[in-house]
Amino acid sequence: MRHLLLKDLQILRRSPLVSALLVIYPVAIAILIGFALSDEGGKPRVAFYNEVPEDEAFNVGGAEEDLDRGIARDELCDRVECVDVDSREEAEAKVEDGEVLGALIVPEDILDKLQSLTSLNPEQPTVEVLVNEDDPVKAQLVDDRIQALITEANLILAQRISESAEVYLNVLIEGGDFDIPLLGQTFSVLGLDNAATILEEAREELPPDSEAAKQIDQVIEFAELAGDNLDFALPLLGAVASPIEVDKTVVSGGGTSLDSFAISVAATVTLMFVTVLLVAGSLALEREENAYPRLTRGLISPGALLAEKVLLGAVASLVVTLLMLAGLSLFVSIDWGRIGLILLAIVMGGAAFAAFGAALGGAAREVRASSLLAFMVSLPIAFLSLVPSGTVGPAVYDVIQVVRALFPFDPALDAMSAALDDAAPSIGLPLLHLAVITLAYGVLARLALRRFN
Amino acid sequence: MAADDQAVIQVRGLSKRFGERWALRDVSFEAHRGELLAVIGPNGAGKTTLLSILAGIRAPDEGEVSRAPGEIGWVPQQAALYRRLTVAENLMLFARLEGVDDPGAVVEEMLEQTALRERRDDQVITLSGGNQQRVNIAIGLLARPPVLLLDEPSSGLDPRQRARLWEFVNALAGGGTTVIFSTHYIQEAERYGDRLLVLADGERVFDGSQQELHQAVPESGARDFEEAFVAFLRERGH
Repeated sequence: MRHLLLKDLQILRRSPLVSALLVIYPVAIAILIGFALSDEGGKPRVAFYNEVPEDEAFNVGGAEEDLDRGIARDELCDRVECVDVDSREEAEAKVEDGEVLGALIVPEDILDKLQSLTSLNPEQPTVEVLVNEDDPVKAQLVDDRIQALITEANLILAQRISESAEVYLNVLIEGGDFDIPLLGQTFSVLGLDNAATILEEAREELPPDSEAAKQIDQVIEFAELAGDNLDFALPLLGAVASPIEVDKTVVSGGGTSLDSFAISVAATVTLMFVTVLLVAGSLALEREENAYPRLTRGLISPGALLAEKVLLGAVASLVVTLLMLAGLSLFVSIDWGRIGLILLAIVMGGAAFAAFGAALGGAAREVRASSLLAFMVSLPIAFLSLVPSGTVGPAVYDVIQVVRALFPFDPALDAMSAALDDAAPSIGLPLLHLAVITLAYGVLARLALRRFN
Repeated sequence: MAADDQAVIQVRGLSKRFGERWALRDVSFEAHRGELLAVIGPNGAGKTTLLSILAGIRAPDEGEVSRAPGEIGWVPQQAALYRRLTVAENLMLFARLEGVDDPGAVVEEMLEQTALRERRDDQVITLSGGNQQRVNIAIGLLARPPVLLLDEPSSGLDPRQRARLWEFVNALAGGGTTVIFSTHYIQEAERYGDRLLVLADGERVFDGSQQELHQAVPESGARDFEEAFVAFLRERGH
């Protein structure tokens, strides 16, 4: 087997195109994924044109800080990459050129309209959004992003208004000074608690059974009742500002980070293509070169030949995938302390893909046909394995689950995720799954070899 | 090319069926040391099936062969070589897989014997068909087998390459190797074969010399060996 393995590596070395692809492919994937992951968190670029004068601010009642144009920009740019522009025309040009996903224009009068929300004549504030909907997917993405931003802005305003209302209520209950910015005046308010205290003191000076004492008792009772009820209103205002609080519980799938998942997908796709194409082609080559009958008439058994091909696939995939991960580590952080698990995932995944490739190579029997078959079968399975639950109907998803279970991509991806990220589910089950798949495709490949003679 | 009387390989009652069709039916013969045995017959006669059973590629349904496949060298019709490896690398690989004692020495010997020493570092893909066939035969000889099977060895070669090939094969037989070869070229069988084994529809219909085959069809008026062969098959209903 050792001699055959060396022979295959020699042949690989003599095929410059294949050898170059084996090096270039993982490096290219690493660079692409690396740039994608290190691109400032992948925030969409949005042009931002603010027509609000720099010295204007918005304050509701006694809120602790003003809402000015700087705060609005900070809130926005925390969620998207802002590209500041100086005019509406510039914003339009950037959207048309595709330089930005969309543009947000904040009109000059927005602070006045926001201020009016606390008056008796409220006006609806409006922001303008420019989008380029030449691509339906992009259009949907922009809609979702803008909607999320507006919801976020509304929530911030609701919180500020709620905070102001709390100040008003506290003044009504406890008393104190009260500013009215529009009038530029400050009022001193007695407060319900203080009113009740004053009335109780006044009542003690009246005859107990007098009509006036009874009336004062009624007013005292009202003041206390009003104070108590307004106390209850304070937490209610907080609830209105954030009516729904999210309490997330993960019931399935663990907590793999998006970065780890992207690296796992890249590594598994690399593992799949390199191993399946190499092993399928290498096995088909034995027949195409007419060497198979010569080898198996006593020099080596068909089973040993298959084992050699699986070993070849595992070795090549190990080198290529490690090369890719090393390239990726220039862009993103990879926990090399988990190298043992990473090697295990690559070797087991590589073996399963190699057995799968051997079955394809045995079925196709010609190098070109095997390469085409490997490509045509592998790609759709990889896509199916990335379909999230809930995005298709239950019956279709059940079918997808069966397909996933029958091919190595899904367990290889799970194993790679578990190896790269300790937040992912355990690696044990995917490795067991890969072992079963390796065995099953090994048997299928052995059956396919019967057609080689 | 004179063969001695010692039978190197004996074949008894070989039969092979593919479904309902008999590819070989009760074929028996023997070959002697240094003998060149030509297996001829029309298409579908069972020549390749016979050689593949002797080589151990296929198992017979009935019958037996006196030698194990490991003791028989086999040269398939299509060159079974790795075209991206050099001549020497191909020979070395198969020498190691054959488990010969001194692979390096055997490879040098084969390069000398096949006159390919100057091409030893050339990739097989760059060789002519004739030279590829010589490497193909050299691989069959690596384990120094007493019996060598050649399945249509001159197929696809030009006349000059064929002449060089048979010169090489004759030298092998002269050295004591028993060579059993199949061919479509009747003239080759006449010219290079010490003895003929004629198969038709899976059955052995003749085993003897060229002269004996001529004598078997005295009334045919055949002017040469090929006409005599055709007349022989026609007389026997093939």
